[in-house]
Amino acid sequence: MKELTIISGKGGTGKTSVTASFAFLAASRVVVDADVDAANLFLTLPHTTLQTESFLGGRLAEIDPGICTECGECLERCQFEAISTDFVVDPIACEGCGVCVHYCPVDAISFEQQTCGERFLSNTANGPMVHARLGIAQENSGMLVSALRQQAREIAKENNIPLIIVDGPPGIGCPVIASITNADALLIVTEPSMSGMHDMERVKRLADQMRVPAFLCINKADLNQEKADLMKAFARENNIKFAGEIPFDRDVTASMNAGKSLVEFSQGPASQAVQNVWQNVTSYVNDTMNRLA
Amino acid sequence: MIVTIASGKGGTGKTTVTVNLAACAPNAEVQVFDCDVEEPNSHLFLKPENCSKEPISTMVPEVDMEKCTLCKECEKICQFSAITTIGKKVMTFPEMCHSCRGCEMVCPDNAITASSRVLGDLIKGTNSAGIPLTWGELRVGEAMSPPLIEQVKARIDPKAISFVDGPPGTSCPAVAALRNSDFALLVAEPTPFGLNDLALTVEALKKLDVPMAFVINRDDGKSRVIDDYAAKEGIEILARLPFTREAAAVCSKGLLLVDEIPEMQRLFKDLYSRLMQKADKGGKIK
Repeated sequence: MKELTIISGKGGTGKTSVTASFAFLAASRVVVDADVDAANLFLTLPHTTLQTESFLGGRLAEIDPGICTECGECLERCQFEAISTDFVVDPIACEGCGVCVHYCPVDAISFEQQTCGERFLSNTANGPMVHARLGIAQENSGMLVSALRQQAREIAKENNIPLIIVDGPPGIGCPVIASITNADALLIVTEPSMSGMHDMERVKRLADQMRVPAFLCINKADLNQEKADLMKAFARENNIKFAGEIPFDRDVTASMNAGKSLVEFSQGPASQAVQNVWQNVTSYVNDTMNRLA
Repeated sequence: MIVTIASGKGGTGKTTVTVNLAACAPNAEVQVFDCDVEEPNSHLFLKPENCSKEPISTMVPEVDMEKCTLCKECEKICQFSAITTIGKKVMTFPEMCHSCRGCEMVCPDNAITASSRVLGDLIKGTNSAGIPLTWGELRVGEAMSPPLIEQVKARIDPKAISFVDGPPGTSCPAVAALRNSDFALLVAEPTPFGLNDLALTVEALKKLDVPMAFVINRDDGKSRVIDDYAAKEGIEILARLPFTREAAAVCSKGLLLVDEIPEMQRLFKDLYSRLMQKADKGGKIK
């Protein structure tokens, strides 16, 4: 079983559109939406939800005003300024460390595990989709991503599914690290701009640190062909396999509006290019699989 | 006054809106703080000069094994599995540590002292037009961006007009950037993805009690999804920025729309004055 994660560094470069197309093109796969705090894959992959479960994350402190003696011990020890001078915990600032709970002399602080969101198992045309919805302003997105990937691996193992495709979040922080840890390959989807270049370089450094081989795909390449060519040169010099360019095409947004993946919706230039990227990525993934076997 | 520019979905144009608005403010009166510390981009457009850089660290524990009696109190209090005893050794996992200092407080042998882990850099500079920019750059491999975002925000002068360029998403980093803002300008993309993530951000802002308005970016003149949602929520749309290949090309080169396209300059100037009026009505101006 192989796991391919799609990331970008910069947001809005087209990760989800590419993932949805890959999920449609793969004969058999599990697809995971790891962008749990702004999940979009479900909007573009027709699906039926089979299971909904609540996701328990970290704990939060809550002071019972009936027991609290306002001694100030908690206020003094909290490193996150989460306790007000009238002894109310701000649930958004609370880090869930439990220091106040430990030191409260009258046990006035409860410390319950919180429901951070919901996770779903859905059925789509070519296999299961594992996705989630993180609660509003909730923490623990990295933990939720790890839980989704774990579930996907179990499903793939049970059903002999050879491929897991993960739609990753933007950035390089906690949920991104959780999305690429132990992945077999990464596809970096970027766009030909100074920002795209800057962010791709950072995400590539992260991939190197985590020792995951990376592919590059340049979306909307024709919006600045000169920058796209610089990116290809960067890929050559930095051991990134170039998987192809996708031209700017209004069919991408149109497919989103239709609630379908691009390759299902259209046979236009962007759709053709995505199919080409898919061929390049899979032939490499299969190739290394055979070599490792 | 702090105005944070956010969106939920990535790549809708937060940075484009932030830098172009700052660039058309009269007398360079706006200070810019880029809180998308995972992938900061404002500096690519504002081009600050003579930048100073300082590393930002957070507290992590260091254990003196000479003093440690292996009582395991530290392991018990830690909610993040960042410190544990294995045999006759105490192991720390600095990347997991949330710097709550619980282990240090609870240790009966005073064996734990504060050491540090570098989160990233804080960088400051001013561009040739006189616009000051402060931004954070998370160290590659570091998972936690909120403490660095807090450090960038700690440099905000409450008496000045500050624009905070926020990170994408709706979880900890976005909340860290939006908290304690006086106003939020949400950059809305008129697509199903844009609407979905915008609605999540609106819910987060209601929870944080921050007033807000929208600016529609890459308006194709056809989709009404944002208009319908804004009408339903009673949120004002302050401007509509059209999608053009020319605008995309200008942004891709790291140039400012207000410098290159006269129509964009007019739209941004108008947006700036409407934003200032609206943010002021939020009643929190200092």
